[in-house]
Amino acid sequence: MKMTTQTYAIGSVQDFLMQIGRVVVAGNVELAVFRTSDGRIYALENRSPHPKGGPLAEGIVSGHFLYDPLYDWKIDLRTGEVQAPDQGSVVTYPVTLDGENVTVSV
Amino acid sequence: MATIREKLVLVGNGMAGIGTIEQILKLGGAYDITVIGSEPHPNYNRIMLSYVLEGSKTIDDIILNDWNWYEDNNITLHTGTTVTRIDEGSKQVITDNGMAVSYDKVIIATGSNSFILPVPGSEKEGVVGFRDISDCDAMLEAAKQYNKAAVIGGGLLGLEAAKGLVNLGMDVTVVHLMEDLMERQLDRNASSMLQAELERQGVKFAMGKQTVELTGEQRVNGLRFSDDSTLAADFVVMAVGIKPNVTLAKESGITVNRGIVVDDYLQTSMQNVYSIGECAEHRGVCYGLVAPLFEQGMVLAKHLCGSDTKPYEGSVVSTKLKISGVDVFSAGEFMDSPEHTVISSKDEWKKTYKKILLKNNVIVGAVLFGDVTESANLQKLVKQGAVMTDEIYSEVMGTGCCGGGAKKGTSVEAMADEEIVCGCNGVTKKAIIDAVTENGFTTVDEIKACTGATRSCGGCKPVVEQILQFVLGDSFQQGAKQGICSCTTLSRDEIVAEITAKGLKTTKEVMNVLEWKQEEGCSKCRPAINYYLGMMNPDTHQDEKESRFVNERMGANIQKDGTYTVIPRMYGGVTTPEDLKKIADVSLKYDVKVVKVTGGQRLDLIGVKKEDLPKVWEELDMPSGYGYAKSLRTVKTCVGSQFCRFGTQDSLGMGALLERKYERLDFPAKFKMAVNGCPRNCAESCTKDIGIVGNDGGWEVFIGGNGGIKPRIADAFCKVKTDEELIEVCSAVMQYYRETGNYLERTSEWVERMGLEQIQMVILNNEENRKELAARIDFALTQVTDPWKKILNDNSTRTALFEDARV
Ligand SMILES: Cc1cc2nc3c(=O)[nH]c(=O)nc-3n(C[C@H](O)[C@H](O)[C@H](O)COP(=O)(O)OP(=O)(O)OC[C@H]3O[C@@H](n4cnc5c(N)ncnc54)[C@H](O)[C@@H]3O)c2cc1C
Ligand code: SF4
Ligand code: FES
Repeated sequence: MKMTTQTYAIGSVQDFLMQIGRVVVAGNVELAVFRTSDGRIYALENRSPHPKGGPLAEGIVSGHFLYDPLYDWKIDLRTGEVQAPDQGSVVTYPVTLDGENVTVSV
Repeated sequence: MATIREKLVLVGNGMAGIGTIEQILKLGGAYDITVIGSEPHPNYNRIMLSYVLEGSKTIDDIILNDWNWYEDNNITLHTGTTVTRIDEGSKQVITDNGMAVSYDKVIIATGSNSFILPVPGSEKEGVVGFRDISDCDAMLEAAKQYNKAAVIGGGLLGLEAAKGLVNLGMDVTVVHLMEDLMERQLDRNASSMLQAELERQGVKFAMGKQTVELTGEQRVNGLRFSDDSTLAADFVVMAVGIKPNVTLAKESGITVNRGIVVDDYLQTSMQNVYSIGECAEHRGVCYGLVAPLFEQGMVLAKHLCGSDTKPYEGSVVSTKLKISGVDVFSAGEFMDSPEHTVISSKDEWKKTYKKILLKNNVIVGAVLFGDVTESANLQKLVKQGAVMTDEIYSEVMGTGCCGGGAKKGTSVEAMADEEIVCGCNGVTKKAIIDAVTENGFTTVDEIKACTGATRSCGGCKPVVEQILQFVLGDSFQQGAKQGICSCTTLSRDEIVAEITAKGLKTTKEVMNVLEWKQEEGCSKCRPAINYYLGMMNPDTHQDEKESRFVNERMGANIQKDGTYTVIPRMYGGVTTPEDLKKIADVSLKYDVKVVKVTGGQRLDLIGVKKEDLPKVWEELDMPSGYGYAKSLRTVKTCVGSQFCRFGTQDSLGMGALLERKYERLDFPAKFKMAVNGCPRNCAESCTKDIGIVGNDGGWEVFIGGNGGIKPRIADAFCKVKTDEELIEVCSAVMQYYRETGNYLERTSEWVERMGLEQIQMVILNNEENRKELAARIDFALTQVTDPWKKILNDNSTRTALFEDARV
């Protein structure tokens, strides 16, 4: 059970390439962080909901969707929901942008 | 206000039962549903156990409805619980752990059990059936500890089990009572072709052998046959048949024959109790396949929901063996007898066999081996009981020269709405038509997403396409026009033409100007457009890392655990002791899990951590082998004239030269070559995109070979006399492929699509053209750089791509 949320400063916007994910380890959670072409930043748990697991950070980003690198599942970066016909969801974490600074609450 | 719903109890959490429940839910049936099953798992796809054994699927992959599904649908589920009796008086279902569940309606779907031969020793340790997850686990376990396995039974199940065990590394013999494999589905011709193919894949056979005893102490150590011969085996799989599981019905006083006797509405002899699936016997038949049970389920679901339904009148079954590289199919009657008219063709060279049986000119059965493209069509014709006509004949047997010309497109009009089109997922014709008419779907992909049809084995795709065509009529062409992906209706050629016409520069521009449905494209079109742009403008195109598949972006192959495989370049498969030492040192230092020799004569360093990749490349200090890329992989070579006593040409030298010349350039798909010193062909050029064979007076060039998913033997392309001509021809072929190939299309498909003659005409009959193609590839080659070096020299990209941030 998670009791507390902690906020981590994970760098500046420039540390995240447009449409290319990056792994950020915040505390004991491994995140996949994405900068979409509209300048937003999203953080998901870096673990595919596919039964075989695997990372997400290396997927192809399109709009607010991610195509996971191993199985090509389409995942909504905003909600973590896997799109049909596949099923499942990924935990998402709130990201705050303060000027150039990016923080995530885990 | 709460309404009181009737209580429906399903006994047996398998494919038939849950299939019916799914239908009931779809029809909005108002039942309080309880499911009781003996197995500890939620509902899974039993068919796919064969894939689990073969290693291409995991148990998790084959779950059909997970725990949440039951919860979401308010279904009470008791797993690991066996129903022992149905008490008609109190209207209760009694279980082995003492539960009594009241019912208004019961469905018995208890499936069947493996039939275990009643021979002495069959109770010994190491003897299993092939039925459920626990059997499958037992086989996976056994393969780790034991070496010699026997599979008793050469039917569908036995063969799939045998192939699975071979894949797990066991030495497997199939013991079969008859002289022919799958004698209940195939005739002698097809069965002997099947046996030959399986032998090639490593399965051994003991035919015409009747097992009379399993020997050994506690654990089995062998089989003894009626002719007193023996076979050593420390693991035995019994796959001799199934026995409908009727214990519960018997105990409850329900009429049982071989199976639980049901009428055309699946009603048993007990009021309010129904039965479907393998445990049921309908008009004297017990079925052992899924298609009939979906058909039964459909009728029962409608009956239980009070909607109008035609009675169930039995099913025509067809069989497909799920072993890769072995295509067999049979439907309906397959053994010829005097009353049949037989149409058959056997091609020993292509290893195909086709047989169609007619009775009074009605198509009653078919057998296919080697090429099963006509299976969906034939299955349909058999089901319909179609009358043979000239038209159908030429369609299924092919006409005219080359035996080809089989034309697609018989109407699916005659098919009943209730008929199952997709056996794997139980999708009917009607469900597909509804998906089209209600949602306006026009493509197979959309149908797949909505109904699940074509999702599993894909065998039903042709029929789904025909249904689409049938429903959409003329608008099919229009509506179903397949773009390169679901983001666009434009084809590859149209996109390339637009890029030229409008001078488009980036994938973004292409998607914008050509009005992509998904603004930023998807994982299919973005890499493709990035490739087309680079191919057309090698000097000016800015490669888009964000449109590259992970492997190409990272310069290494991602593995399922998120580590990577690194392959350094070894030109022509040649390395040096110094390089080997360096590879060994780096492997040790970075804790590489496995060092493997690849099929293309080089070394795979498997299991490198992402953050170590740049360091590994730096310390190896070798060029990237592009083991991950849509690009030239390797040029495989034999020893050749430098050392081989037969060699007439220097294959080593030529192989290294070609690999150096063409490395790093992007292609539509991966590209492999081979060079041989003489026609003995030790480097196997017949399965390469370009295969080169040296002879006394020069070289012979082959193109379009492939050893992968769709094996294809390369076509002889031309002969050349000099090394210069050889290089020019290779350049021209490669550039022509680069310019006309669809992204991800291998040359094997490309050659078939373009036609060999066309390619020969462009390259061989037109010297000017050939030289221009060669010049274009040379220009493109001046633009390439080694990706490993590039990343090492670019600090910010390296950090962002490879290093995790830790906070
Ligand atoms: C390895 C393998 C490969 C196959 N390949 C194919 C194929 O390629 N094509 C094809 O069409 N078919 C194939 N089949 C056959 C297909 O899987 C079956 O026809 C189908 O699963 C039968 O469904 P069912 O619901 O009748 O029985 P099952 O799926 O067997 O379900 C019956 C369930 O009832 C449970 N049960 C039994 N008695 C009780 C009780 N008293 N109380 C509670 N629960 C009980 C059982 O534990 C079982 O889980 C294959 C089968 C196997 C084993
Ligand atoms: S192909 Fe010919 S030259 Fe090459 S190794 Fe084999 S026998 Fe020798
Ligand atoms: S029949 Fe296998 S996917 Fe449809």
